[in-house]
Amino acid sequence: MRYYRSHVMVCTSPQCVDKGARTLMKRLQEELAAQGLADEVAVLETPHIGDCANGPEIMVYPDRVHYAGLTLEDLPSLVEEYFKKGRVVTRLLSQFRPPVDKELGPPKPKEVRVVLRNCGKIDPENIEDYIAEDGYQALAKVLTEMTPEQVIEEILASGLRGRGGAGFPTGRKWQFCRAAAGSPKYVVCNADEGDPGAFMNRRVLEGDPHSVIEGMIIAAYAIGASYGYIYCRAEYPIAVRTLREAIRQAREYGFLGQNILGTDFSFDLEVRMGAGAFVCGEETALMASIEGKRGHPRTRPPFPAVSGLWGKPTNINNVESYAVVPQIILKGSAWYASMGTATSKGTKTFALAGDVNNTGLIEVPFGITMREIIYDVGGGIKGGKGFKAVQTGGPMGGCLPAAYLDVPVDYESLTSAGSIMGSGGMVVMDEETCMVDIARFFMEFIQDESCGKCIPCRVGTRHLLEILERICAGLGKPDDIEELEHLSSLIRRSSLCGLGQGAPNPVVTTLRHFRSEYEAHIYDKRCPAKVCRALIRYEIDPAFCTGCTLCARNCPVNAISGERRQPHTINQELCTRCGICKQVCKFDAVTVS
Amino acid sequence: MPLDFTKPTPPSDDKRWKLVQATMRRWGNHHDALIETLHTVQESFGYLDNDALTYVAAALRVPLSRAYGVATFYHFFRLKPAGKHTCVVCTGTACYIKGADQILESIRQAYDVKPGETTADGQISVLTARCLGACGLAAAVVYDGEVAGKQDAASTLERLGKWVEQ
Ligand SMILES: Cc1cc2nc3c(=O)[nH]c(=O)nc-3n(C[C@H](O)[C@H](O)[C@H](O)COP(=O)(O)O)c2cc1C
Ligand code: FES
Repeated sequence: MRYYRSHVMVCTSPQCVDKGARTLMKRLQEELAAQGLADEVAVLETPHIGDCANGPEIMVYPDRVHYAGLTLEDLPSLVEEYFKKGRVVTRLLSQFRPPVDKELGPPKPKEVRVVLRNCGKIDPENIEDYIAEDGYQALAKVLTEMTPEQVIEEILASGLRGRGGAGFPTGRKWQFCRAAAGSPKYVVCNADEGDPGAFMNRRVLEGDPHSVIEGMIIAAYAIGASYGYIYCRAEYPIAVRTLREAIRQAREYGFLGQNILGTDFSFDLEVRMGAGAFVCGEETALMASIEGKRGHPRTRPPFPAVSGLWGKPTNINNVESYAVVPQIILKGSAWYASMGTATSKGTKTFALAGDVNNTGLIEVPFGITMREIIYDVGGGIKGGKGFKAVQTGGPMGGCLPAAYLDVPVDYESLTSAGSIMGSGGMVVMDEETCMVDIARFFMEFIQDESCGKCIPCRVGTRHLLEILERICAGLGKPDDIEELEHLSSLIRRSSLCGLGQGAPNPVVTTLRHFRSEYEAHIYDKRCPAKVCRALIRYEIDPAFCTGCTLCARNCPVNAISGERRQPHTINQELCTRCGICKQVCKFDAVTVS
Repeated sequence: MPLDFTKPTPPSDDKRWKLVQATMRRWGNHHDALIETLHTVQESFGYLDNDALTYVAAALRVPLSRAYGVATFYHFFRLKPAGKHTCVVCTGTACYIKGADQILESIRQAYDVKPGETTADGQISVLTARCLGACGLAAAVVYDGEVAGKQDAASTLERLGKWVEQ
C-alpha cells in the first residue's frame, strides 16, 4: 500500500454520475498527473457524500474540504490553487453541512477526542469514510513493515492499559498470548458493556466500528491468532448490525479473510450476541457464553492467554483498548504516552450521567481532576444544588465524596480512594441522594446478576441486601454496621470471580465516606436525604395549596382528599410515598419530612 | 450422542421455523450456536416455549437440560408470551437516581403487575432493563420498542393509560 498526501473522494451516486462525475474524475486524474501530483494525491470513488443535489461533488481528506458544483473548466485552477498551493478555493466550496451527532455534540471544554475522534464525523456504514481518515493504514504498516514483536513493543511503549476495568497493560497481555503454546489462537473483543450507566463502547461500535476491527486484526497479527469474536450485548441491536455490515465491507476490501493485503497473514472475525447477563462481561464467563453455554465464570489461572476459548490461547480486550491501537501504531507510542499521568497513559472515555448539566459521553486525558470533569466538562450540578458523591466503576465500583474532587483521575488514585476505574461509568449525585439507598440499589443489582456458582457471592450478597433493606426500612439494629463490614470482607476474599470480589465495594465505600448517614438511619430512624420511604412522610402545605386537585387525580392510591379550591390533605395511612404528588404539583405545596 | 443422527422436524409447519433453520445452518448446526438460535426463535415467535426448546436442542444436538439452562440463565430470553404492549423500565444507575423505582411502584399500584409480569387481561407486560445506554435521558422507559426519555411516574401512567383505553 502506498502513502498518499491526500485522498480525493469523488461521489459516484447515480445523481452525480448523471451530472458527469465519471468524466470529472477522469479529467481530475489527468490534471493531477499533468501538474506532477499523481504520486501525492489519490483519487477514489465513494457512493455518497451528501450534496448530490449540487453535484458533482468531491471530498478531500485529510483536510475534509468539500467542493460541489464542479465543472471541467474548474479543474486546472482547482488543482493549481488547492492541491499544489494549498489554498482553499472558497468559490467552489459546498454549502452542505452534515448533521452533527446529537448524542456527542461538539467537543466540550477540556475534552481530547482520540477514541471518539471519528464518531459522528464519518458514516459508520461506509468503509471508505474510515479509510479516508487514515483507516487501515496502520494495518498496512504493521503487515508490511513490522514484525509481531515490534508491534507488541510499540504497544508496550505506549503504556496502553486495558479499558475494560482492571487496567492490565495491553502489550503484556499480548506478549503472554503470543508466548503461549497451542493453536489456533483467538482474539476476542469484550463489547458486553453491562455496567449500568455506561455507554462509551456502544458509541464507538455504532460510530466507528472499523477502528475496533482494525485494532483486532493488528492484535491478531501480533499474537498469531487466526480467528476472532466480538461479543456484543443483545441490548445494542444497532451496534450488532453496524458491526456485521462493517465486517462484510472489510472482507470485501481484503482487510479480513485469506491473505490480507496480499501478505500471507489470514484472519477472520464474527459477532456473537449476548443475552442479557451482566456476569458475561467477566472474561471467563464471556468465553463460556461464546461457546453457547450458561455464562458461568471459572477460576483463574489458567488465564485466557493460556487456555481460553475451547481451551486455546485467547486474547481478550475491551472495545476501547482495541480502538486506539491503530492510532498508536500510526502516530507512534511516544505521542500516546505524552498524554496522561506517569502510570496511566492516554485518554479515557466516560459516560457522565446523573445530576450534572451536560450528561453524555466525554473523553478526557488521564490526570484531569474530578472537579474539572464535573464542573468544566459536565457544566456543574443541575439546578445549582450541592455535590454529594460521584460513583465510578459501575456496580463493583465505589462512591467518592467531595474530598476527592481534586484528586487526579487515574487507575491508581481511584483504587487508593476505594473505588475503581471500571469501564468508565460516572454517575454524579447531588445532595438529595441517600447513600444507604444507593448501596442497597447496587446490592440489589449484584444479587440479581450473581450467576450463582459460588456461595460467598450468591448467599453473601443476599445477606448484605437484607441488612441494607432493613436499614432503609427503619428497622436497622445497632450492630448492623459491623455485620456489613465483616460480611463484606468475607465476600471479597472468598468469591470466585471479579463480580463477587467487587460486590461489597459500594457498601464498603459508602460506609467509609458516609458513615454518619448509616448511623442516622439506624439510631435516629431518619433519612437525611429524605429518600427512604419508611422514614419520610409527604405533606401538603396549606399555605401554598390552591386546591387545583391535580395531585388528588394523579394519586394512584387515592390517599389525597379535599374540596376544589380548598387545601388538600394526605391520608398517611393510605399514602405509599410514591412521590407523584410532589412531581405533579405546580405550586411546590408538597413537602417531605 | 446417538450415532444415527437424523435431523428433527420442526414442531409445526409454521414458515417462521425456516428462519430458525437458516440461523442454525449459518453457524454450521454447531452446538455453540445455541444462543444465536434462541435469539432467532424469540425474534420470530416472541418467546421460547417447550416445543421450541426441545426442537432446537435436538437440532443442535445438545441435551434439553442445557438448552433450558441457557434459556433460563439469560435475562433476555422469555419463556412466556408477552402482553399486547410492553413497557420496559430502565433500572440502571442513572435512571434509578432519576426515580425509576417510583415509576415501577406506581405501575404496580395502578395495574397490579410486577416487573417480568403481564397484566391479567394480557394487555401490558412490564419488564426492566439494566441500562439502555440512554443515561443522558434518564429516566428512560421503552414503550413498545420506542425509547422515551425523561420519564417519571406521572408520564408513564399517562402512556399506559392510553394503551388501556384503546
Ligand atoms: C463482573 C464483571 C463484569 C465485567 N464487565 C466488563 C464489560 O462489560 N466490559 C469489559 O470490557 N470488561 C468487563 N470486565 C472485565 C473483563 O473481565 C476483562 O478484564 C476485560 O475485558 C479485559 O480487557 P482489557 O484488558 O482491555 O481491559 C468485567 C469483569 C467482571 C468481573
Ligand atoms: S441507566 Fe437507564 S439508560 Fe443508562
